[in-house]
Amino acid sequence: MNKKNTIRAVVALTVGVAIIAIGDAFLGPFAVRILNLSAIYIILALSLNLLNGFTGLFSLGHAGFMAVGAYVSALLTMTPAQKSMNFFLTPIVPWLDTVQLPFIVALIIAGLCAAFVGLLIGAPALRLRDDYLAIATLGFAEIIRVLITNAQSLTNGAQGLKAIPKYSTTWVVWGAAAIAALFLVMLLRSSYGRTIKAVRDDEIAAEAMGVNVFRVKVTSFVISSFWAGIGGALLGHMITTIDPKMFNLILTFNILLIVVLGGNGSITGSVLGAIIVTVLMEALRFLDMPMNLVFIKTQGLPGLRMVIFSILLMIVVLYRQRGLMGTKEFSWDMLSAKALLAALKPKKRGERARKGGR
Amino acid sequence: MELSTFFQQLANALSLGSLYALIAIGYTMVYGILRLINFAHGDVFMLGAYFAFYAISALAMPWWIAFVVALGLTALFGIGLERAAYRPLRDSPKISVMISAIGASFLIQNLGVVIFGGRPKSFPSIALFDTVVHFGPVSVLSVSLFIPVVTFLSLAGLLWIVNKTKTGLAMRAVSTDLDAARLMAIDVNKIVSITFGIGSLLAALGGIMWTMRYPQLNPLMGVMPGLKCFIAAVIGGIGNIGGAVLGGFLLGMMEILIVAFLPELTGYRDAFAFVMLIIVLLVKPAGLLGKAQAVKV
Amino acid sequence: MLRTDSVSMRFGGLTAVADLNIAIEKNEIIGLIGPNGAGKTTAFNMITGVYTPTEGKVFFKSHDVTGMKAHRITHKGIARTFQNIRLFKDMNVLENVLVACHLRMDVGVFASTLHLPGYLKKERESKDFAMSLLESVGLADEAAESAISLPYGKQRRLEIVRALATKPELLLLDEPAAGMNPQESLELMDFIVRIRDQYDLTILLIEHHMQVVMGVCKRMYVLDYGVTIAHGTPDEIQKDPKVIEAYLGVE
Repeated sequence: MNKKNTIRAVVALTVGVAIIAIGDAFLGPFAVRILNLSAIYIILALSLNLLNGFTGLFSLGHAGFMAVGAYVSALLTMTPAQKSMNFFLTPIVPWLDTVQLPFIVALIIAGLCAAFVGLLIGAPALRLRDDYLAIATLGFAEIIRVLITNAQSLTNGAQGLKAIPKYSTTWVVWGAAAIAALFLVMLLRSSYGRTIKAVRDDEIAAEAMGVNVFRVKVTSFVISSFWAGIGGALLGHMITTIDPKMFNLILTFNILLIVVLGGNGSITGSVLGAIIVTVLMEALRFLDMPMNLVFIKTQGLPGLRMVIFSILLMIVVLYRQRGLMGTKEFSWDMLSAKALLAALKPKKRGERARKGGR
Repeated sequence: MELSTFFQQLANALSLGSLYALIAIGYTMVYGILRLINFAHGDVFMLGAYFAFYAISALAMPWWIAFVVALGLTALFGIGLERAAYRPLRDSPKISVMISAIGASFLIQNLGVVIFGGRPKSFPSIALFDTVVHFGPVSVLSVSLFIPVVTFLSLAGLLWIVNKTKTGLAMRAVSTDLDAARLMAIDVNKIVSITFGIGSLLAALGGIMWTMRYPQLNPLMGVMPGLKCFIAAVIGGIGNIGGAVLGGFLLGMMEILIVAFLPELTGYRDAFAFVMLIIVLLVKPAGLLGKAQAVKV
Repeated sequence: MLRTDSVSMRFGGLTAVADLNIAIEKNEIIGLIGPNGAGKTTAFNMITGVYTPTEGKVFFKSHDVTGMKAHRITHKGIARTFQNIRLFKDMNVLENVLVACHLRMDVGVFASTLHLPGYLKKERESKDFAMSLLESVGLADEAAESAISLPYGKQRRLEIVRALATKPELLLLDEPAAGMNPQESLELMDFIVRIRDQYDLTILLIEHHMQVVMGVCKRMYVLDYGVTIAHGTPDEIQKDPKVIEAYLGVE
């Protein structure tokens, strides 16, 4: 990186921090919520992108790991009084009753628990490939959800948990997002990161170059689960109520949309995608609700918002598979006029055929 | 448990199993030809039920005409779906096609919510299917007797198409090697369209039977049956039509019988299919009747 | 160095390779030839752990490596190239080689991610080693280019370099001259002999260009329909009636 770009990066970082600080201080609660939700979605999208874009594993189980993280962190931080208020049907198991840990500790334990579940699931599931892996991870996520629903004395079952401490402040979530992004950048730039990308590009060649493909996949899966758990925990501490129904395929779909939109295999793409999708998601909320603007009266069509997102996803997949960023990362050179023009040009046929490969 | 209860449960299991089998066939056909999980298959199933519902309730058609119209419309929809969402990606990486399929699935569901409304609707009662039939102490809904018959007729018809007709031969050729089939002057697009048409028609048939058995419609009704029937197809050996039927029956039987005999597991019912899927994938990834394929280096 | 003891590979009812007995001494260059579909690549796949032989054993430096995982075998010192080039397509030339270097770096995921000093030192060494390899085959100038944008001949060379980066003792080359013109093939022959000497290698190669095989191989094995039909020096092979029959058919 040359000196000019270093200065630009520092400036950009300062501006980013400033925007977050100003937003936190002056925006209303609704806007702050969007701001913070963006950060959480950044973490979730990055963790899914590690699998989807960098390791070439198609997983649909993200919601399951988020659920694990959210429940663990919530249960470890709630006061005994809050717990007894929640568990009025069946009392909570005694060993959890009085436990109350500091938020940071609980958050890390939540991530580790999700990572552990990731290991348990990944070890058998990663022997499968492509669509089989996708459906198996989806299956595991559903199993996690059913287990949570039924483990009444541990999770309060279908009633979910209410009054979870609201620890997810702007600085916490954006700090976590920054750490997640930094972690992934450093991982992927390292020698180990190269083996991850080698597995994505060609498993057989990677194995022949001495890469333990299975172990790389499991490692990547576990790291991804860890961050999904962190993201889930932060989400719980932000909206303060969680229940098993929340962690369904739609949640995974939203994250997948971000990853695909931003570009499978681009970290900056995921960051951008997360912000765009979160803002759109809240901005388009009006579509689902009845509204009375002066000239137009909308009935509110529930489901229309998701229709738009589904169409968005399909347009990206059908017409611009690279998403916003492709596998590239943001660089200042991209903003030059020449680069912008090149980016707008439609993709060549030959390139597509190549990607179809094999 | 009394013997009569056992037979009652067995009858329920048979009818659920046949329904699963019917839907699983569609998954297997599409996978067999394009190696693609048609995630939207469950939603096509939902559409079939809604088409029949509107044909009867809004257009006041007699039920049998309504069913034929619904089957036809759903088949056309399936063909259109393939054109719009899958054909442009035929040479793309598998992940892209799956994402497109997931997008299509969500799109249909949510369009369903927008157009049909999110509130459940009840399917009009049709006397022929809605009568309770008694066999000694066992009583079943007459539709439960029709379902296995429909499933087996569909299976027989399909096996005939695949094994005895020229179209079936072309289907098998495309399934073995799409590019080679193209070189043999087979109109691959036409064959794929026919496959999607038949698969969607079967999904609609399943959807109609389903709503008469469980007479409530909602736009998300296809999600769980869709997933479970895909699992049934995998259990039987995806791409294998007989396997799909076998898998459907096994899954239906297991869901009903485990809940009947081990009522304390009722809450876990929706997880059975996934547990079974994972066991099968790990022990015999090609499914019960499928053949293993070697990776080519 | 390498010995296969009656290895066979069956897929269902098809016997791809039957009773293969190969023995290679250190620093030899040995050819494996035969018509298309004779089972040559299958033999490679059994030696490198992609397939586990249905019968028989593979010994490398007197150790039994039968059925060992492919990456473990690479660890032991066998590296290979592929008939249909398999470069990492979304990486540049240098990165392709660096992936192969990872094996000998012995750093874990955390040391790498956190860029610990020990890791940084090894990473520097790997980069130097990779660059020196690229230089020795004239690819240093293209180090930052996308691997699959290289012309065909250079891609083949890059594959060989990548295999060398795992620091093997035995190198298996699967049709290295495929698609090359006579001039390039001649250069390749020199290149093979040169890397053998420079890196103290033993080489087993599959090749259709008879000129190349006859030129560099001391001995060769001929497969046809999975069966070893001949074995000997280039002169002996050229006169062998069975070989002539396999290639030209019965007269």
